[in-house]
Amino acid sequence: MAAAIECGAATKPSEKNMSLKTALSAASPLSLRIVAECPVTKARACDLLLPHSAVSTPVFMPVGTQGTMKGITVDQLEGLGCQICLGNTYHLGMRPGPDLIEKANGLHGFMNWKRNLLTDSGGFQMVSLVELSEVTEEGVKFKSPYDGKEILLSPEKSISIQNSLGSDIMMQLDDVVSSTVTGPRVEEAMHRSIRWLDRCIAANKNPDKQNLFAIIQGGLNAELRKTCLDEMTQRDVPGFAIGGLSGGEEKDDFWRMVSLSTDHLPREKPRYLMGVGYAVDLVVCVALGCDMFDCVFPTRTARFGSALVPWGSLQVKQKQYAKDLRPIDPDCQCPTCNRHSRAYLHALFKSDTAAMHHITIHNIAYQLSLMRSVRQSIVEGRFPEFIQTFMKRMFPSPEQYPSWAVDALASVNITLE
Amino acid sequence: MKLELTRVIQGRGRLGVLKGLGRTGQHSMEVPGCLLYTHFGTVPHLTQDTLHTLSSLPPVTQVTLAEHQEVLEEFKDGFRKFAGLHDTVLYCSLHDPATPCPTGYTTNKTVSVWGSGGRMELTVAKFMALQKTVQPDWYHSMSDGETWQSNTSRKRVRKSVDRTLAHLDECLLEHQKSQELDGVEVFGVVEGGDIFEERVRSAKETAKRPVAGFCLDGFQTGSMDQALRTQLITAVTKELPEDKPRLALFGVGRPDEVLACVEAGMDLFESFFPFQVTERGCALCFNFNISLDPERAGSAPPLETEKEAAGEPQQNGDLEVDSQTQMTPFEINLKEKRYQDDFRPLVEGCRCYCCRNHQRAYVHHLLVTNELLAGVLLMIHNTAHYHSFFCALRHALATDKLDLLKKRILSERDGQTERRE
Ligand SMILES: [Zn+2]
Ligand SMILES: [Zn+2]
Repeated sequence: MAAAIECGAATKPSEKNMSLKTALSAASPLSLRIVAECPVTKARACDLLLPHSAVSTPVFMPVGTQGTMKGITVDQLEGLGCQICLGNTYHLGMRPGPDLIEKANGLHGFMNWKRNLLTDSGGFQMVSLVELSEVTEEGVKFKSPYDGKEILLSPEKSISIQNSLGSDIMMQLDDVVSSTVTGPRVEEAMHRSIRWLDRCIAANKNPDKQNLFAIIQGGLNAELRKTCLDEMTQRDVPGFAIGGLSGGEEKDDFWRMVSLSTDHLPREKPRYLMGVGYAVDLVVCVALGCDMFDCVFPTRTARFGSALVPWGSLQVKQKQYAKDLRPIDPDCQCPTCNRHSRAYLHALFKSDTAAMHHITIHNIAYQLSLMRSVRQSIVEGRFPEFIQTFMKRMFPSPEQYPSWAVDALASVNITLE
Repeated sequence: MKLELTRVIQGRGRLGVLKGLGRTGQHSMEVPGCLLYTHFGTVPHLTQDTLHTLSSLPPVTQVTLAEHQEVLEEFKDGFRKFAGLHDTVLYCSLHDPATPCPTGYTTNKTVSVWGSGGRMELTVAKFMALQKTVQPDWYHSMSDGETWQSNTSRKRVRKSVDRTLAHLDECLLEHQKSQELDGVEVFGVVEGGDIFEERVRSAKETAKRPVAGFCLDGFQTGSMDQALRTQLITAVTKELPEDKPRLALFGVGRPDEVLACVEAGMDLFESFFPFQVTERGCALCFNFNISLDPERAGSAPPLETEKEAAGEPQQNGDLEVDSQTQMTPFEINLKEKRYQDDFRPLVEGCRCYCCRNHQRAYVHHLLVTNELLAGVLLMIHNTAHYHSFFCALRHALATDKLDLLKKRILSERDGQTERRE
């Protein structure tokens, strides 16, 4: 209920409060204009102005780990309407390295992408990919998988690499703990993340060109999350991410932590929920008040022939599609669905890698158009109806609605039919 | 199909336009020219968007007969519609020119092809049934091409010529009976290995049949030396009617070989070469510019120094020592470390999507990180470069500068060897 009240109150922002906040973040190269707020849920539609272009939120950001989006050219990505995508600091910092990318005029120049880029801190990959990593107050220590050399990724180092990459949004280095870990380690990581945030802010050489986002930590412990929120929202950062989730925790815990975070994040700054990209999660978390999302899933799964559709997914390589002459999704307007049938794509998977590219294009188109529809419904004041229709299409019957989604939506006044 | 030749210079090639292509006859292509090489109707790595960044695509798309025939049998509207290809002439060949096929599977009545589902044994009846499901605009008859290895006996070569002629007669008989193939053109296949008399016999006999053109089989790289190849092709083309096109079947792709074949009277080529170059992580960069000022090569970089630094052509990736997969002197290997901070386009002045938008350093990065975009960008560039070469070739024929072009191409080829000595 508290959420609903705050949502209602937020639709009439006090003039004084707004002008104060604007003054505070005047220096950052980001501005957020709230276009519409859902009168029922915590959802909002915003125009996010970043150095390279405007971004309409809620937004899904495809992940281009190595400075490329699978087999898709930057022109194709632009053609699909993508306004912002991700690069991974860990990978790009290793190969080709920050010096080379700086020489190429940053990651924008290196990959020739004219719109916005967000880079992560590199910390998450380090903990998840590199076995021999050790976290100390200094930073994350690890052995390079390429030459075995010991490397320290400190908050300063992470920001220095991200400064070289020149991304529009940089992420602070945080102390990542798996969301299934409990106990004192979670608290330690939360406090360390706050200290590292301050070091990151101090290390940013381009505060006028590059935005630095804080990452809320605290595991699945509401108290720790709240402490982290209280501390971090006192820092003048242009945006916030909700971190440490989508790592195998119970969905019941997941949505409660998301909702708790959005309850305490400032209304006038963007909220980025890290690592979330399944359609149902996106729609629910928009209702909980998140603006930005990223996930490798839609592009990764495309490689295996899994196409995302409003009723779930379609495994193009399965035998049942060998003679199916319909497009992947008859209602999809993407270049793949406009030209090719399931049967042709099924056959092409045995002949050429272009089959993957076709599915990647479709999946990115699906994610982006889903978010455009979400935004449109918020703007037109019919987001609650949108959710009902979306869920009906996604699940064969209401009995199959995941209980966490039902509960999460109920918490923002949506009772699924 | 009608070949209109504008220039024929004995021993110097033919220039012209192949008109009335396609069942409705609305397409035409300039010769010498190349077809569009595909995997099941898709140019390798490319979607329609990326393919159409290329200007002046060949109007003829080549597909291989035996891929996924099961589904086409059910789909009655032919391959073109199935593959979402709208405005192209479809040419159907027996084998994929980039995939060497194992020998020892041919009998008097059958040939074997390797498709998505493994080996398939074809009789003429099966072959023709497949053509009816593919519904190409143009195909070549079934042939026994197992004679390309240099140690093939005279007896085996003779057998291959006999069989191929017998297959042709059977194909033509069935073709004329098939309503589905009304308006579709058939090319006859000239075999004969490296034996003069057999080549001439094959050409003469094939020319007696009602075919629209000819495929010359068995001249792939590594099968024989260039001089012998040229002699054989010259002997064959002498026996063929002037007004019908000649296509180099299977394995002629390198620019020096293309030039030699053109001089010997060939018109059409399969463009699998840019694909092979792409697969080994290389970019075509040979200079074919014969503009008056030799210092300003225009469409190509100052390659002399570059290739010298490269040293021995490297073989990368697969251990296959097949001559078709080896790096040629016409390309640079972008995986090499010296390209990691090279911010030039693949080829200075190239107007392809890759060169207009990306740098060698980026493509190098995509290759070393095994990213799929590497294949996409290289395929775009290599296809564009190869097609431009054919364009330059036609221009050279039209302006009597074939010698100059040949000199340029051969110096690209031999440049390295000379400098090493
Ligand atoms: Zn689609
Ligand atoms: Zn190019």
